[in-house]
Amino acid sequence: MDRFVYLTFDGLSRGAVYAAFALALVLIWRAARIVNFAQGAMAVAAVYVGYSVTEKTGSYWLGFAASLVFGLLLGIAVEKAVMRFVDHSSPLNGVVVALGLVLIVQGVLGILYGNEYRPVETPFRRDAFEVGGVALLSRYDVFVFAAVGAVVVALTVLFTRTPVGLRMRAAAFAPDVSRLLGVPVGGMLTLGWALAAAVGSLAGMLVVPTELGLHPTAMDVVFVSAFTAAVVGGLDSPIGAVTGGLIVGLLLSYVSGYLGATVAPMAVLLLLVVVLLGRPGGLFSSSKARLA
Amino acid sequence: MKRTTAVFLAVLLFAAACDSGSGGGNTSSASVPGVTDTEVVVGTHMPLTGPAAAGYSKIAPATKAYFDFVNAGGGINGRKITYKIKDDGYNPATTQQVVRELVLQDKVFAILNGLGTPTHSGVLDFLKTNRVPDLFVASGSRSWNQPDKYPGTFGFNPDYTVEGKVLGTYVKENLAGKKACFLGQGDDFGKDSLAGIEKTLGPIADKQTYVTSNPNVGPQMGALKAAGCQVVLLATIPGFTALSIGTAAKIGFKPQFVVSNVGADPATVSKALGPAAALLEGVVAANYLPLTTDDASPWIQLFKKVNAQYNGGAEFDNNIVYGMAVAYLFVQSLQAAGKDLTRDGIIAAVQKNGFQGPGLVPLRFSDKDHSGYGGTQLTKIEGGKAVFFGQAYSTDDGDSPVQPYTGQAVTPPQNGIPAA
Amino acid sequence: MTGVLQKSPTRSGQTLARRRRRVPPLVPIILGALLVLALTYVLPPFRNYQLATVGAYFTVTAGLTVLTGLNGQLSLGHGALMATGAYTFALAQNRWLSMPLSVLAAILTTTLAGVVIGLAAARLRGPYLAGLTLAVAVVVPSVTSTFDETFNSDMGLSVALDPPPGVVPMEQWQAWLCWAGALVTAFLLATLVRGRFGRDLRAVRDDETAARLAGVHVARTQVIAFVVSAACAGLAGVLFAFLAQSVSPGAFPLTLSLFLVMAIVIGGLGRLVGALLGAVLLVALPALAQTASERSGSQHLEGNLALVIFGVVLVVVMLAAPGGLASIHTNFRRKR
Repeated sequence: MDRFVYLTFDGLSRGAVYAAFALALVLIWRAARIVNFAQGAMAVAAVYVGYSVTEKTGSYWLGFAASLVFGLLLGIAVEKAVMRFVDHSSPLNGVVVALGLVLIVQGVLGILYGNEYRPVETPFRRDAFEVGGVALLSRYDVFVFAAVGAVVVALTVLFTRTPVGLRMRAAAFAPDVSRLLGVPVGGMLTLGWALAAAVGSLAGMLVVPTELGLHPTAMDVVFVSAFTAAVVGGLDSPIGAVTGGLIVGLLLSYVSGYLGATVAPMAVLLLLVVVLLGRPGGLFSSSKARLA
Repeated sequence: MKRTTAVFLAVLLFAAACDSGSGGGNTSSASVPGVTDTEVVVGTHMPLTGPAAAGYSKIAPATKAYFDFVNAGGGINGRKITYKIKDDGYNPATTQQVVRELVLQDKVFAILNGLGTPTHSGVLDFLKTNRVPDLFVASGSRSWNQPDKYPGTFGFNPDYTVEGKVLGTYVKENLAGKKACFLGQGDDFGKDSLAGIEKTLGPIADKQTYVTSNPNVGPQMGALKAAGCQVVLLATIPGFTALSIGTAAKIGFKPQFVVSNVGADPATVSKALGPAAALLEGVVAANYLPLTTDDASPWIQLFKKVNAQYNGGAEFDNNIVYGMAVAYLFVQSLQAAGKDLTRDGIIAAVQKNGFQGPGLVPLRFSDKDHSGYGGTQLTKIEGGKAVFFGQAYSTDDGDSPVQPYTGQAVTPPQNGIPAA
Repeated sequence: MTGVLQKSPTRSGQTLARRRRRVPPLVPIILGALLVLALTYVLPPFRNYQLATVGAYFTVTAGLTVLTGLNGQLSLGHGALMATGAYTFALAQNRWLSMPLSVLAAILTTTLAGVVIGLAAARLRGPYLAGLTLAVAVVVPSVTSTFDETFNSDMGLSVALDPPPGVVPMEQWQAWLCWAGALVTAFLLATLVRGRFGRDLRAVRDDETAARLAGVHVARTQVIAFVVSAACAGLAGVLFAFLAQSVSPGAFPLTLSLFLVMAIVIGGLGRLVGALLGAVLLVALPALAQTASERSGSQHLEGNLALVIFGVVLVVVMLAAPGGLASIHTNFRRKR
């Protein structure tokens, strides 16, 4: 039982990060109908910026803010300078351009910073509180939960309660009609990319310190898990992304703990097969999403 | 029509590639590939990009720096050493490409210090077919020691089993009665290491594995804690050493860690741990080359000098020492092979052995044994630095006992270049 | 979304059809075979090896472009299918040492895997299919480590091979076999897609509902498309194992699967010529990029500069010629 509780908390804290990252993927999917394969690389770039700022100023929070702002700007830059000019007659073109961006970003980071893993500071201690001899959560884990929770709440409010959110949704679902009604569709698209990239950067800032450290490829594995999470939850559903993230996190933890680390990717595949055969558009799909 | 156009395009591209590729490495009329009167060309494959490049990408430049140092002193037998470094990103398929390019296109004399077990295993047959000397492979796999099957292939590192036996002996003698457990990489590194440990220590109470594609060892460390382990032996790469020690601290688990040399470079690990580097205090590991922090060692003095002059003063860590030790051994082999350098000649010279260099234990090379260093010495981290304690041990990957090695350490020659 | 999708494929589809009536597929295949044969005699060994690698890549990209370009199914897992073929080939070869038998076994096993994935894939669309196949792509090392007695985890297996016949140099022999495989595959695919099946494929891609109304069995068409491309991937896996004389999970990473998709899109989606161009690029571009960065002489740049160059080429080609390289030629002709 102790072991189960331990693995549950381990999985949840990991899953929260996948959830945030999956959320970023969902944001762009909803805005532009593109799965942004460059999300991981863009997030790493933002974490490097945060890392450099922290190095220079000695303040974690300045770096944290710089990272999010840079993520936001990078999202705008990628959309305005590259993605806008992609011919969307085939959905694959966007995928290939994103993959090209991954190579560019990783190469540039490698040139600037070298290929060494760099440790990243955490703002809170990482040793866990023990309850009855079982290590549960650290202060840092609590921070992760709080940050991801705040993002989920903020996005929900933005999309359901504000005029900008309404315009963004309108621009994504019916671009032509929205344009006729005076919604700046291009601007909304850019905003979607900016938000998504910022959320991605946040996820990067949260997860990198808990893994091997900062490296141009640091988010590759996270990207795969988060994409899986987004697919499990349904790419159109922010709630789905969060649920999917937690499910994948828990599954990885339980399987690694009980069956061995080598089995974990097979378990993830099995999860995808089971979920998608039951619901081809993910757990939280509406029937409309399936044809998208 | 269009298909033929495309094929012609393909041909054009190839021609372009030919042009750009065949620039270097032309070896006039000499009959031995890669050898002229003034030059000997050797090549290597290393991960310079990708996740595996961390740390390892510093080895080849260090080797090259030592060669430049030797070249500045006039080279060996009038020949300057040219070292061609190819990036394979630790992908075995890319290794195939670049090694063929080195051998078939650049016509290298030998492959030196190709890095990685899965990457290098794939080119053994090719190198054998082309009779290319395959010297001092950078990995502790036992596969390099098959003189009957691969007569041109030689190892360098003590193999993981040898090291495991020494580490197991240490635990048995110094931490007797404590519950010893194991966390290893889920491949031959972890397996061979565990086999060595169990040879001297007996069956291990709790064994866990990790895979590099999942950088979270929370579940594994949790299991070891729950099993009440007091000693944890790690067969991990540096990033995962840091991750394991960090994760253990996070969950309030404080066993004695005993770490394989592969994952024990204090510079790399403490960098990965960052502010938590203090956790490394007291960690036991192994090494068979001089320690970077041992400024009294004449080898370290030499390598530091070369590093400053020819390697742009790169941060001095175990990888630099390793790269230069490999270079030193290769120069020794060139000297031993004599003026009429041939591929068979250098293989015979390496088999004849008798090399004395920076290593703390002897190299095992003979006509029946192609494995590298035959032992290692234990280190402990004190005050943030690794220090040797006890004495060096030697053994083999079979059943022979772990014995103290009592040979005297040698110092490098005055000019830093091994004599003939 | 599907509405926007139709535009350019139909255009290229028409040119394809027009040309097809003029040139039977056998002619370019034979020309290609003669050209490759001639090349193997003039090229130095390493170029022959690269030529062989192009052939192996072409085998898989040809099948993938039929699946993705003509049928609209995106697979990110073809690297894993290649691994399936390669491992089956290695295991069979090490046991029986009979090339034809091993090749057959490899293709059969991969076809079977293709049936399983294809059945699941037929229910999924767009990114959901991408997600599932992505999970397939990353499962390879997990399988080889879990069943390490058979697959020998990360180290992989070496492949027993008969030496090339007579005095044929190894690299030339490799080029012959790889191109034999590639051209046979290309011929079969070209024959297959020019008939009724090809029309079904395109109909399903362009509008499933319309296709169904026209009497096309949508799910069956999709599964068959997946199985056909899986068989090609299996053969390509065999060729890779044959080229490398070894198989290991590291040789079939996720990036391989992604690069395959990039190759067919850059080459020109849905055309065998595009698949061929893509295969050439997969071999030539990294080599050229590496040479360029070696010339620059800086340690920090090595490898990384190659990545940047590769990425920039990808992005520029996609922005400048969204129909892929093969479309540049078409556009040019049309303008004249």
